[in-house]
Amino acid sequence: MSNIKYILGSFGDPDEMLHGIEKLQENNISIYDVYTPMPIHGIEAKLGVKRSRLDVAAFFFGITGTITMLTGVYLATVVDWPVNIGGKTHFALPDFIPITFELTILFCAFGLVGSYYASTHLFPGRAPRVMDLRATDDRFIIAIDAKQNTEHEKIDELLKGAGALEVKHNERKYLSYE
Amino acid sequence: MGTHHYNLSEQFEFTGRTKILSIVGIVIGIATIVYGLFLNTDHVTHERTYANLLLMGYYFACVCMSAAFFLAVQFVAQAGWSASILRVPQAMAKNLTLASIILIGIIVAGLFTHNLYHHWADPALLVEGGEKYDKLIAGKAVFLNIPFFLTRQFVFLGSYAIFAHFITKWSYNEDLSGGLASYRKSFKYSCIFLVIYGFTTPVFAFDTIMSIEAHWFSTMFGWYNFAAMWVSCLAIIAIVIILLRKAGYMSWVNNSHLHNLGQFIFGFSIFWTYVWFAQFLLIYYANMSEETVYFHKRFNSYEFWFYLNLVLNFLAPLLLLMDRDSKRSENILLVVSIVVVCGHWVDYYQMIMPGVFEFGTKSGSGFGVLEIGIAIGFVGLFTYTVLNALSKKPLLAKNHPFLQESLHHHL
Repeated sequence: MSNIKYILGSFGDPDEMLHGIEKLQENNISIYDVYTPMPIHGIEAKLGVKRSRLDVAAFFFGITGTITMLTGVYLATVVDWPVNIGGKTHFALPDFIPITFELTILFCAFGLVGSYYASTHLFPGRAPRVMDLRATDDRFIIAIDAKQNTEHEKIDELLKGAGALEVKHNERKYLSYE
Repeated sequence: MGTHHYNLSEQFEFTGRTKILSIVGIVIGIATIVYGLFLNTDHVTHERTYANLLLMGYYFACVCMSAAFFLAVQFVAQAGWSASILRVPQAMAKNLTLASIILIGIIVAGLFTHNLYHHWADPALLVEGGEKYDKLIAGKAVFLNIPFFLTRQFVFLGSYAIFAHFITKWSYNEDLSGGLASYRKSFKYSCIFLVIYGFTTPVFAFDTIMSIEAHWFSTMFGWYNFAAMWVSCLAIIAIVIILLRKAGYMSWVNNSHLHNLGQFIFGFSIFWTYVWFAQFLLIYYANMSEETVYFHKRFNSYEFWFYLNLVLNFLAPLLLLMDRDSKRSENILLVVSIVVVCGHWVDYYQMIMPGVFEFGTKSGSGFGVLEIGIAIGFVGLFTYTVLNALSKKPLLAKNHPFLQESLHHHL
């Protein structure tokens, strides 16, 4: 058993890479992930990537902001320090809609930035890890888990046949910029 | 990318049940107008008929001019996604001439029979020391006088109609001759049109609707109306496209196109709420009697309609269209669009009726046969004229430079 962990097919053209994905899928070879320097339309559907749950997270971050602001306003204007402003009720909802809206957006935005960092493991001081350095530049990479798919030569052939400029057999999962 | 084979010269056939139903609608409308104006000697009923005619005439004209606005926005943004659906707003923009003539007809008739705009159009209000002298109206007479008012109506609607006519015509020319000449011309004149439209629609709304209650004013009113007419136009474009698709036409429209329309309807429903609320909040907060009178009428005698307006135009699109899958679903988008179109009828009803009379306080005022009949009449007229215009030309602008982008549109 070799020590190869991942096989990377490096393509110079997105259409050739999509062709490579089709070829691998026809041969029942599971694809670990695909790395591209730019977004490619329809690739999620092709790879069967599940829909992001970021919108659900956004909703809950937002609603937390709404509740926080309304609670804060209620505590300040009714419980703690009631002041008669223009003869209105203490908790005059229309007055506080703009600020509630702002806090909803603020919580939503901060929450999403946090979720993004958490899900991509990007934290301050942490060097990003990638599987192939050129995936952020001019190459389209298909990564295949070499332990799960043992027919390495067949994979090489399929990738080359689809137009891969380079096929790498990596013994480490990630390269680091460090 | 799969290769698609669409019939580039597919044409809509306007026959059968739709045609008959739209004609029935027009007949119902005419019958209601005859009932309201001629079979009735009651002055209140006349006023109410005119108010309803103004409502639907304004709605019809606004939808058609917003369709021209839609076309202009697509050209100026050099949008590709919409290239294959442009024939629908074009058919609507083509009707702007007719809609303008009808609206001006209603305004002139209402003005001279003293059924509309009598809060400012009476010369006796301006006579200083006279019995009916009204200082506020006299102060506004430089702007709000009949000749200048009618001139503005003619100039605004006329200029929109001219631009709508040419932007539509060049697209048909493009079908025949191809090339980029038509597109470049459309781009240039769309830019000019957007500037004119942007500056004049608020004034158009002040004139046509806000001057019914001439003592009251709000600078937000113009944008509030712009939001209402724009989102209702987008909803109607979505309805027409979805119904055409259901009837087997426009097979190239995929759910990414619907997604874009859904985003438009969702976004501009929120925008409508934003301007509606901006107008409301300032008046509520400042609490000055000359401003709050507007909402006083609406709260006290039209409370149900006041809240219904927010439910239909804000809560319904917000909750039903927030999800990505809902925007991409033909049926959900159709339902929400119909809700929004009805919602903006309620919105216009809110703007016009309380200024004409208080709800339920005079005989026959409120919601009844006149409202429903006249609305049906205009829906029939809209359906007939738009589908008739649509059937005259192919459903695809086959030489549009961005057509391929639109046919392969994918989100």
